[in-house]
Amino acid sequence: MTPSVLAGLTGAALVGLGLYGLILHPHPLRKLLAFNLIGSGVFLVFGIVARRGAAAGFRFDPVPQAMVITGIVVAFAASAIAVALILRLAAESSHVTLDPEVWSKPNGGDTQ
Amino acid sequence: MAGLATTTPGGYLLVLAILLPVVGMIASFVLGGRNAERVALGSTPFGLALACAIALDVGRTGKPIIYAVGGLPPPLGIALRADGISAVMLVAAAVIVAAAAFYAREKFATPDGVGESRGSLTFWIMLQAIWAALNIIFVGGDLFNLYVALELLTFAAVPLVCIDGRAETIAAALRYLLFALFGSISYLLGVALFYGAHGTLDISLLAQRVQPSPVVWTAAALMTCGLLAKTALFPLHLWLPPAHANAPAAASAVLSGLVVKGSFFLTLRLWFYVLPALATDKAAIVLGCLGSAAIIAGSIIALRQARLKLLIAYSTVAQIGYLFLVFPLAAGAQTWSAIGWSAGVMQILAHAFAKAAMFFSAGLLAEALGHDQIAKLGGAARVLPLTLLTIALGGLSLMGLPPSGGFSAKWLMLQASVASGQWLWTLPILAGGLLAAGYIYRILAPALSDDRISSASPPKRSREAIALALAAIAIVLGFAPQTFFDFLEIGRPVVGQP
Repeated sequence: MTPSVLAGLTGAALVGLGLYGLILHPHPLRKLLAFNLIGSGVFLVFGIVARRGAAAGFRFDPVPQAMVITGIVVAFAASAIAVALILRLAAESSHVTLDPEVWSKPNGGDTQ
Repeated sequence: MAGLATTTPGGYLLVLAILLPVVGMIASFVLGGRNAERVALGSTPFGLALACAIALDVGRTGKPIIYAVGGLPPPLGIALRADGISAVMLVAAAVIVAAAAFYAREKFATPDGVGESRGSLTFWIMLQAIWAALNIIFVGGDLFNLYVALELLTFAAVPLVCIDGRAETIAAALRYLLFALFGSISYLLGVALFYGAHGTLDISLLAQRVQPSPVVWTAAALMTCGLLAKTALFPLHLWLPPAHANAPAAASAVLSGLVVKGSFFLTLRLWFYVLPALATDKAAIVLGCLGSAAIIAGSIIALRQARLKLLIAYSTVAQIGYLFLVFPLAAGAQTWSAIGWSAGVMQILAHAFAKAAMFFSAGLLAEALGHDQIAKLGGAARVLPLTLLTIALGGLSLMGLPPSGGFSAKWLMLQASVASGQWLWTLPILAGGLLAAGYIYRILAPALSDDRISSASPPKRSREAIALALAAIAIVLGFAPQTFFDFLEIGRPVVGQP
């Protein structure tokens, strides 16, 4: 088994585990962690893709590596927004849940 | 091939169209206070003028405008391209953003000499951020660049959902964010596979290189799946109704009218611009089936809603379903695919304007009556005749009654499905129209009844006029001449012609 294949399988496993967590865990914080797990798997796949460039005379293709950096920054920003929202939700209400049933209480005076 | 990558004379317009809202966004953040609002309002006419200039240029030359960023042509650099549908979407986005900005002045105005409230500052900044992200999506020519734009769009849209800070809206925003994050990471994985297989992410170069290989199909499936989650196609629509119904009316209009169209636009780019050379019939049928399910399920759930804004949000779920019928109806290079293509773009535009008008009107009703329960709308037409006229006109387009943009879209879809022999698609199209008539009737019937209610605070005429103007555009689209449909064809790759 070459290192690329091993890295690819690891990436696939991370995406799979993350997807499982994202769909099945009810708590938003766990969902967010699962999203980051998927992200790590995808970035690993980008790392393998970067090896393509070796054919053109480079040791690695720099383009996918640049994309991974951008992707990591975006995923970091997304996690920051999500954590901020989760914290605010925890401060505003006693139950941190995404279940729409909890929120669809009968409200007559609701304007917007 | 060189013609696909070099900057054309009007290319700088594309850069300006992106820079204007970005500069406005930064200026609003730095200047703060009342200036945030002034910058946002002041930049909208310029943005509209730029979008019109791009559309005129595309129409005059009959060819896409291209700008190679930094003078580096793809595959080394990134190209910006505006073809027929980009230009039309740029104009539509500019009109709706401008309307939302002027409509929102009432709610998010900052009086002179007072520090800005967090809600107002967020609104003006995020409105311009959404506009910037949409403009990048409409002219972007590189799949990774488009990923970044898609993320910008999400990050700008999520704060608008929870701008008033109630726990309920924060939960809706969080759900939206998690769905969107799943969507973007799935899209990104597809991008990685495309790059790995073909070594470029430029849309037109990729279109020349793609082969029907397992990698390409996997990449296309992953990207489509991610984009569907962001577009809220049934059964991934669960986040949309609470998010759109809980946002302030001006934000709901932009979210429902434009933001979901951004990710749909990328789905169009993927299937019609990157993969036109492959046989995509089976995938198109899957997308068409999901769209049909969305039309039926969304409309039926809309019929059962007690709150006006939730009803309109579920109507968005149904109308998004129509958009996905474009995939089976415009596939390939047959005579009917141009009709299907026109129908799809017309549906995007008609829904954008009609739905923005409906959300504006729902906001005005809620402010004037103090609630948005459909059951208690009795006699509202006496108090707010213009607003109810707007809802009726918008509803006309959603139902697909002539003359309206919605009618043109659905009529062209019916024509395409009959001409292509795929007559099964006519069933969801017609059933969706009937169900839409049902939920519009649910709003209008009590509102036009004899009951008398009093309005706490009648809305300003100017805000009613903005909503009415958008509904009027949705109607006028029904009179679009053939040249308009020819314009939409500019730059669309047709199989057999590079």
